[in-house]
Amino acid sequence: MFAESSLNVRNKRIQNLFRILFLIMTILLIIPVVAILATLIAKGGSIISIDFLFTHPTNGMTAGGIFPALLGTVWIVAVALLASVPLGVAAAIYLNEYAGDNWFTRIIQLAIINLAGVPSIVHALFGVGAFVIFFGFGTSILAAGLTLAIMTLPVVIVSTRESLRAVPQAFREACWNMGATRWQTIRRVVLPNAVSGILTGVILEVSRTAGETAPIMFTGAVFFLPFLPQGVFDQTMALSLHLFVIATQVPGVPENLPFGVALVLIAMVLLMNSISIAFRMYLRGKKKW
Amino acid sequence: MVDMSINPATADTLIAAIAQDPVKLGVSDLHISYGGAPALSIVGLTVKEHEIFGIIGPANAGKTSFLKALNRMDTFNPNMRVKGEILFNGLNVRNLKNIYALRSRIGVVFPLPVGLPLTIYENVALSPRLRGINRTGDLDVIVERCLTRAALWDEVKDRLGSLGSLLSGGQQQRLTIARALSQEPDLLMLDEFSIAVDPVTTMRIEHVLKELKQDMTIILVTNLVQQARRLADRTAFFLAGECVEIGETEDLFSGDVKDQRTRDYVEGKFG
Repeated sequence: MFAESSLNVRNKRIQNLFRILFLIMTILLIIPVVAILATLIAKGGSIISIDFLFTHPTNGMTAGGIFPALLGTVWIVAVALLASVPLGVAAAIYLNEYAGDNWFTRIIQLAIINLAGVPSIVHALFGVGAFVIFFGFGTSILAAGLTLAIMTLPVVIVSTRESLRAVPQAFREACWNMGATRWQTIRRVVLPNAVSGILTGVILEVSRTAGETAPIMFTGAVFFLPFLPQGVFDQTMALSLHLFVIATQVPGVPENLPFGVALVLIAMVLLMNSISIAFRMYLRGKKKW
Repeated sequence: MVDMSINPATADTLIAAIAQDPVKLGVSDLHISYGGAPALSIVGLTVKEHEIFGIIGPANAGKTSFLKALNRMDTFNPNMRVKGEILFNGLNVRNLKNIYALRSRIGVVFPLPVGLPLTIYENVALSPRLRGINRTGDLDVIVERCLTRAALWDEVKDRLGSLGSLLSGGQQQRLTIARALSQEPDLLMLDEFSIAVDPVTTMRIEHVLKELKQDMTIILVTNLVQQARRLADRTAFFLAGECVEIGETEDLFSGDVKDQRTRDYVEGKFG
């Protein structure tokens, strides 16, 4: 009764074919990731030390450490975060929880999508025009951070909206039916259950921000500075730009130096991604419905 | 744009009106439609104070739409249009500015229980908190009283801190009832509450409802004809968007009806 017909055999063969095809694609995907990491570790791993991370560059940036660049990146990312998170989260809450489906919100949506598609070099020029010149911040950490904030805003908005949308509508209606206002509902029920998703999205964004070069090189990051930034109105070095500079602009740099810088940059990004993933797993364990 | 403010003056007029009027709910010339398609029309309907008012009828009769109109849930759904007069404690809910005060006076229980993703305690304490009651002692009293009245206290008193959304279906439905009671409503609306509840729990909840009648008016929408017979003082029969008949429950079930369709439905000949 359960003997295999020729049709069964054929279906099974096709099913195996596709399974192997998808498996090959998946493996192909991993190759570049592994290759990048392996190259960086092989060529740059030897230079990494506590001293490398916490001392200034010396000998025209051909030796020494990367501390000013590392610190500068932290500064810029922090400013970008402080600006883009409140703005993006507030906009997402408005769009998802208050706004109806009308021409006004549709125009805003369109603007957000378009903002996400603007090339980073255009953001850089906008940053120069708006923050450096118009607002008079000069080339500074503030101007660079705000430029990055504008650039990452669409992603913060989209990921926040996704998290809000994942909270079932029935929860909101149950809350409204008790006489709660929209804001009471958002504060008591929606936000507490969306906050994990929002934070995860934000952390992922930070990691992407850390690697951007074009938007910051006109707005706040510089070639070389002999001192550390003292505040947001100072210029600063940054890891991404430092890597570009020593790899292409400075003669006589030993090979392991740029690879070492790249490794630190990648490690920073991976570290933040790992934190984000760990956080998500922790919160998923506490999932409330 | 929704009015976000809660006007204490309106709340006071609501409360003052509650004390005087023996007619809880007066509906006249009500028409509900969704995107132009009519869902329910009612010429006239009255619910008296402290009665259990049953509404029976097959699917698509307009029973749930009726409840939604009372609670102004049309504001959740841009497709839903409500015309006509709904007097709740003598005030027309259609013209009410402060729909938040209205909703807080009306408890609603839906067919499928919605345990909010909060602890059991917080599910019941939420409505008091929204009203500004924040002292732990006061909240403890309210939570225990409401859970006890909803016949759930004994089962959950040792784990009030665990999540409400992880209770079993029948327990969640009783939690929903406890939450509705925590609003201290003067009208409780139940929409086919027993659909996801086992028969034993259903009987327990029915028993609770009979006791609650002392304190509030109850509208019981049900597709179980016998449930209406067990509980309701008066019963309305809705059919295909029309309120066919309203009468004393015993009259409806003893065959003393004005419309043949009511007799057929009650006797199980269709529906």
